[in-house]
Amino acid sequence: METNRDDFVIAIRSAFLRKGAKQKFSLFVLILISVALLSLEFFHIKPLNTFRALTKDFIYRSSFIINLPFQSISKSIEEVQNHFEMYREYGTLKKTIKNTSAIENEIKFYKAENRELKKIIEEESNLIDEILVSKVLIDKKSPFLKSIIINKGFNFGIEKGMAVLDGFYMIGRITEVNYLSSRALLISDLNSKIPVMIEPSGAKAIMSGTGKNYAILDFLPKNQKLENDNIVYTSGSDGIFSAGIPIGKIKLFEKKYRVEFFSDLSQINFIKVKLKKEKNSNVFN
Amino acid sequence: MFLIKKSFYSIFLNSIPIVILFFLVFTGFDLSIATVEFVSFNFVYIILFFYILKKPESLGYGLIFFSGIVNDIVLGLPIGISSIDFLILSGIASYFRNLTLRPSLLLDWMAFFPSILIVNSIHYYIIKIIFEMDLSYFFLIMNCVFTFLAYPIFAILINIFNLKKLRNQNV
Repeated sequence: METNRDDFVIAIRSAFLRKGAKQKFSLFVLILISVALLSLEFFHIKPLNTFRALTKDFIYRSSFIINLPFQSISKSIEEVQNHFEMYREYGTLKKTIKNTSAIENEIKFYKAENRELKKIIEEESNLIDEILVSKVLIDKKSPFLKSIIINKGFNFGIEKGMAVLDGFYMIGRITEVNYLSSRALLISDLNSKIPVMIEPSGAKAIMSGTGKNYAILDFLPKNQKLENDNIVYTSGSDGIFSAGIPIGKIKLFEKKYRVEFFSDLSQINFIKVKLKKEKNSNVFN
Repeated sequence: MFLIKKSFYSIFLNSIPIVILFFLVFTGFDLSIATVEFVSFNFVYIILFFYILKKPESLGYGLIFFSGIVNDIVLGLPIGISSIDFLILSGIASYFRNLTLRPSLLLDWMAFFPSILIVNSIHYYIIKIIFEMDLSYFFLIMNCVFTFLAYPIFAILINIFNLKKLRNQNV
């Protein structure tokens, strides 16, 4: 019995403490270094931020280069699939275009009306939105993580929390900014929580990602009834995003409300980042 | 010339596990099957466990540590967490290697499951409790199961590859 215990201890010691022929560090030392790195990450030690940003930039670019051949293969597969789908979509698009122009005029009217009303209640924001177009470097589609790396960082004025759009639709927010790259957490990620407003009822809720291609609504008022195809917009109540960015529409599934996104999050090549800049006020000039 | 060519070829063959490891971490490759959302494999675990168990000289611990850092950056995880996962898995594999007298694929396979369960539990607790991030327990368990099921297939493939490599070296 004693021998067995000794064997166990010797095997553990040999596995974690002994250095191999070509090894410079034992496993135990490297685990300690990893724990030290993890604690630096936990306490957000600022002097290391520049080093961290540079390392991340370098690794993102390397990852992008290594991914290039595979991206081109998957893109060509997608293109072939898109060609097959094109004819089917053509018919439906023709029908929707007819309605769109009417809706567009209506929106223009509402926008103008909204601006006037804001002036009246003197709540016009002193911030204006500026759009920055950026290319997607790395696109992660793992069930554990839904995020994208884009090719612009704080050298272009990107900041944490900014809204990321695909066309007119919200698809995520910036969660990490480096010099030359940034990471955007997609709205489908488990860690994504966005304050939203559902129209036409005006109900407010928090939209949480599920790791799948839909989101769910948390903190929806009790007995709040929604209908299929109600539109979900950002509410802007967190003070980070502008209000009124469309996200998706409501679908009732097994007595629960789901938000189906307007954008296909698996097919994003270019995105827009909504930069917030203060208006140049000429009042004193 | 022949000798230079041969030595270059053997260096290339010997560095294949490192190349595969870094390819996997740089691309974040997990072979998620698009139609079935919860199916994903962790190839890094398979590669690490197999090579530490069978050919520990082909993967240095320093490289495993560095690959963990790259993995964290690519996947957007807190830096250091994958290094801990990979190194603990390497430690467990090394422990099994020290204990095993007569290695067999079945025994390795049976040892692989508790090993990835331990590693993923540590991963889950660090992410959930220390960093308070959300992580789907269901996805993680499914990942464990599919990685476990995939192990013998990849072990056989790597064994075939290693046999061919040995034959080439003997020629």
